[in-house]
Amino acid sequence: MADAHTPATRAAARPLSPHLTIYRWPMTMAMSIAHRVTGIGLYIGTLILAWWLIAAASGPNAYANFQAAAGSILGRLILFGYTWALLHHMLGGIRHLIWDNIIGLEPGERDWLARATLFGSVALTVLLWILVYFTGGLR
Amino acid sequence: MSLRTPLGRVRGSGAAHTGTDHFWRQRLTAVANVPLTIAGIVIVLSLLTRNHAATTQVLGSPPVAIILLLFVLSVTYHMRIGMQVVIEDYVHEDRMKLTLIMLNWFYATAIFVACAFAVLKLSFGV
Repeated sequence: MADAHTPATRAAARPLSPHLTIYRWPMTMAMSIAHRVTGIGLYIGTLILAWWLIAAASGPNAYANFQAAAGSILGRLILFGYTWALLHHMLGGIRHLIWDNIIGLEPGERDWLARATLFGSVALTVLLWILVYFTGGLR
Repeated sequence: MSLRTPLGRVRGSGAAHTGTDHFWRQRLTAVANVPLTIAGIVIVLSLLTRNHAATTQVLGSPPVAIILLLFVLSVTYHMRIGMQVVIEDYVHEDRMKLTLIMLNWFYATAIFVACAFAVLKLSFGV
């Protein structure tokens, strides 16, 4: 086969190192990037914390402005997302601290831990917001 | 006078001569963040239905103010290290990388000072 030795076909036949775009995304990979994304979200979200504290320190008018913004539909959506990012990053961090001790790294265990991070953070976020509405906050 | 050989002194320190310091501080603040975050959530939940006067009174009380100051210190330290890792992972052009790392320092420091100033102002009632 003379064609097999042309540069193009030879390049195609060479075994390629698999990269991110080749793999089916395992749970641990998705949770790894989720940990980084939630971390970046929280980094920006500390502006809300700073705004809240400065508003409280500035006086009733500034605090009323913050409360109006936080209580709006958009404000609540952002705070809901912030709550989830915070809890997800916290649970993900605990998972990483467990892994740092070389515990839970076997195939079944690491997937279970990654799933627990996601379900745990969603469940805790919903519970927390049910508690917020139950106690009459943010209305 | 140290009796260690030059090789012994630098072994395990890497090119920046700081070794695992960065990794260690990331874990140290991560562990500190867990109880501080839980305490922070409890504080925020307890303040949701209160008016401004009651809120400032709670935020300025010693236990709450101390927890908030520790929270802000640990969180801003942790997020600065974390963002630096993200920058170093994706930005490879030297000038842009250094600029972003500087901005990262400015941002994290500004957030820390702003939050700490607010809490201290509420505490001392100036």
